[in-house]
Amino acid sequence: MLRLLDVGKTYGTVSVMRDVSFDVAAGEFIVFVGPSGCGKSTLLRMICGLETVTAGRIEIDGKLANDIPAASRGLALVFQSYALYPHMTVRQNMAFGLENLRTPKPEIERRVAEAARMLRLENLLARRPTQLSGGQRQRVAIGRAIVREPRIFLFDEPLSNLDAELRVEMRAELAQLHRRLATTMIYVTHDQVEAMTMADRIVVLRAGAVEQVGAPLELYNRPANRFVAGFIGSPRMNFLDGHVTASEAGWTTVEIAGVGPIRARGTLRTGTQASLGIRPEHVATVPAGAEGTVNLVRGQVASIEQLGSASFVRLADPALNLQIPGQTDVRFGDEIVVSLPPEHVHLFDDQGAAQPRP
Amino acid sequence: MSGLVGMLTARRGRLARDWTDWASLAYLLLGVLVMFLPVLWLFASSLKSDQALNAFPPTFLPWEPAQVAVPGQPGHLPLMQVTAGPLAGRRLAELRHIGLMAQMLDPARPGRVLPIPVRDLRPVLRLHASWSNFTDLVRRFNFFGYFWNSVLITTLATLITLLINSMAAFALSKYRFAGRDAVFALMLATLMVPPTIVLVPNFLIAARLDLVNSIWGVIWPGVATPTGVFLLRQYMLTIPDDLIEAARMDNASEWRIYWRIVLPLSAPALAVLAIFSVMWRWNDFLWPMVVLNRSSVFTLPLALFSFQGDLQTQWHYLLAMTVLTLLPVTVIFLFLQRSITQGIASAGVK
Amino acid sequence: MTAPAPGQALRRALGAAFGGAMNLLEAPMRLAQAKLRGGRIGWVFVVPNLSVFGLFTFLPILIDLVYAATGGNQLFPAQRPYVGTANFRALLACRNYLDPNTCTRDLFWHGVYNTAEFVVLQVGFMVGLSLVTALALNRPGRGRGFFRAVFFYPVLLSPVVVALIWKWVLQRYGVLNALLSALGLAPHDWLLNATTAFFWSVFVSIWAHMGFYTLILLAGLQAIPRDVYEAAAMDATPPWRRFRRITLPLLMPSLLVVLVLALIRAVQIFDEVYVLTGGGPGTSTTFLVQFIYQTGFAQQVREYGMAAAASLLLAGVLMALTVLQLRLARPKS
Repeated sequence: MLRLLDVGKTYGTVSVMRDVSFDVAAGEFIVFVGPSGCGKSTLLRMICGLETVTAGRIEIDGKLANDIPAASRGLALVFQSYALYPHMTVRQNMAFGLENLRTPKPEIERRVAEAARMLRLENLLARRPTQLSGGQRQRVAIGRAIVREPRIFLFDEPLSNLDAELRVEMRAELAQLHRRLATTMIYVTHDQVEAMTMADRIVVLRAGAVEQVGAPLELYNRPANRFVAGFIGSPRMNFLDGHVTASEAGWTTVEIAGVGPIRARGTLRTGTQASLGIRPEHVATVPAGAEGTVNLVRGQVASIEQLGSASFVRLADPALNLQIPGQTDVRFGDEIVVSLPPEHVHLFDDQGAAQPRP
Repeated sequence: MSGLVGMLTARRGRLARDWTDWASLAYLLLGVLVMFLPVLWLFASSLKSDQALNAFPPTFLPWEPAQVAVPGQPGHLPLMQVTAGPLAGRRLAELRHIGLMAQMLDPARPGRVLPIPVRDLRPVLRLHASWSNFTDLVRRFNFFGYFWNSVLITTLATLITLLINSMAAFALSKYRFAGRDAVFALMLATLMVPPTIVLVPNFLIAARLDLVNSIWGVIWPGVATPTGVFLLRQYMLTIPDDLIEAARMDNASEWRIYWRIVLPLSAPALAVLAIFSVMWRWNDFLWPMVVLNRSSVFTLPLALFSFQGDLQTQWHYLLAMTVLTLLPVTVIFLFLQRSITQGIASAGVK
Repeated sequence: MTAPAPGQALRRALGAAFGGAMNLLEAPMRLAQAKLRGGRIGWVFVVPNLSVFGLFTFLPILIDLVYAATGGNQLFPAQRPYVGTANFRALLACRNYLDPNTCTRDLFWHGVYNTAEFVVLQVGFMVGLSLVTALALNRPGRGRGFFRAVFFYPVLLSPVVVALIWKWVLQRYGVLNALLSALGLAPHDWLLNATTAFFWSVFVSIWAHMGFYTLILLAGLQAIPRDVYEAAAMDATPPWRRFRRITLPLLMPSLLVVLVLALIRAVQIFDEVYVLTGGGPGTSTTFLVQFIYQTGFAQQVREYGMAAAASLLLAGVLMALTVLQLRLARPKS
């Protein structure tokens, strides 16, 4: 459907995008995610044709698309700002693109009506964008894309201007829309929750390069590097830095200053710097007296957040976040012992690359 | 001094009224007299007959000596009021006067001539709006021709101005191309070249292009205005680029983006430029005077100017024509007063 | 189906006409777009404007130079003999620069001195009056819109109309003299006396233009945030001080713009005074632009070279003023 091969972009001598390669299969929901400034919007605009490609190939349906003008690529983009034409009614907004293609009038009518029905906009067709709420504008922007019947839908942070509640609602609606239309969708966001909940596959970008491509849980369970591990998942993964004291038979021991040796799966050269990662929900509290377990860490409770269904405990020295299911009787200032189960400890080398677990 | 100070410094938002409010009101009322009375005086005078115009001291309303038709006498005779003598209070028609005695006729009984001393007679005045000033103007002079020339020049010039200035402003605000900044700087530099400077060469160019005595000779030189380009460009910079990219994704050609998206969204700035352009064109004087020298192509101001040379003694026509010239502007101003003043104020601040 | 309202029908018809006209250009513009990739299509949009500028602004400046350096009375440059700086030398030749009558081109120097005097008086009084008017208008109260409109109205009038209105008021048997006689004062031939004619030239041009500057200053006043005044009121600032230390400094950018705009326009004074007085009596109200117009177009022997030379001298003054304006208009960093 869509293939990117070593795509790069430079402005003058400044390189903002390099060696981006991945494939998108027909009907897939792909999410580009990354911190702001990572180039995800630029990449989307390059796929659209709104930005030029200075290196590599973008292929749509097997054809090189680098020099095809935006309008002729058969894609539709939903802008972050919606970019609705303020002087046109909702109906005119949706019809404008088809009019430009000299689509016959009855056909335009049919498609606009259908999109309006699908998006529950029937009663708003005569209104101007300024007379609509944020959510309604969002739906019009989507409707404008739908009537074009594009090969690929592109969304540029479409929910970032909505309030939290509406965002959750629109997320579900978009997912439903994707199921119904079964069209390829590419979606850009900086919000990893949106990425996790909506994507078939996620492309994690940082500083103009792809960090990892994979299904949400794949990224969650097997992050390729420390960046992805830290970016995906909420609350964030804990990291502990130290150096390797032993590594044999698929097990590596890392000495963490002030904590002691921690064992993890994976192999690294003895003496090198390494870091360990563990998700807060995997850190387990150890009842007093239950000695003998590996990877024990002792720390003082620096803060507690009780949400009822879960409790977040923060230890100081070493800084470590715990997520405990249900409620807890741990108190501020308590000294507690936790364990880091080796099967859940991620091992990263001094470059931040994750070490494969055998 | 302190009175002036108070007036200068008081401003909106104060609750208590004090004498500075009255001072400013007095100033404004005086201003209204100075600004508006001359115009009012023109309107009133334009309704006077030639005869009434020559009266001194002048009256505000068009009073003029009444005349009366007397049976048996050709034409009309002046009507006089008798102020003294046995016939005091009667109104009689004056047949002629010889020395200090006038020969009068009673319009009701015209058979007998009544001799009355001239000092006992006073002309009877009546209000008479001399609409013939206007109708003659239309009948005897080519008023509608001049009016049409002015309308045509104003309309065409404004349309062309809006079109080409907005096109240039669109390119300068929404595209990046080599030389764009140079083009913009060049256009701004022409702010320094007002039409008075290039009067002579423009006449040569107009002559070369066979535009002398053609309305196009008036129109073309002024349609590319740096003010217009600048005003529109600044406004268009505020239109989000997203809209243009959305239109591009919507398969709109660049031309269609210009006239379907950018032009409608620039309507407020276009309106301001349109007001300016209409003002410039309707009142333009020096350049039309240079390039038009056949009276059939004259604009209203030119016709008016040449009339004031030719009709120096015929003020009644001159005044009527002046009124007709300022009437369209006045009517438009009455309706669009608010938007015109606000539009110009907003353009002036930038 | 109900018939649409006439206004709506008109709008729709105008819209259709506009759309139709614009669509005519669709095909050629598409073609241009296909040929010019990227932003270069921008050139196509700039070209109409730029060609008019080129033909009627840039080219004329060059021709001005050619004219100024050639003599004779032929219009077409090719037929004009080269005279070098003779035109400029003739314009600038004076035995005593303080006395225009000792100059070869005495009319030019009368124009220069009259224009200088006019600029100082007209701009000074007009900007002052505009400021006072703007301050008076910038107060609460009913009818401010009406007052603003009345002060602005003359701006819309053609200079010829303005001149004729005042000519009618000022004529020998006009309303002004009638008022003076009624007050027991002697009537005057206002426009036949050098001093009074000059005074009325200044007065009439202020009358015609001050509304424009008042409007700009009023907008400037209204842009001053109210909380600044409220803060001043909390500090018990006396009125004169409030004007000097708050209003005036905050209004200064608008005031400078107004000042320079008024200067640029005043230097080019011609239309209304020319109709009002014809430059007379004598040369008492003859200004620079009138000299250019008369020398180039209104005399028996048209001296294009002399007119062009005077234009270039005027251009120098205007250029200096415009540079000043751009300097002032640029926000301080």
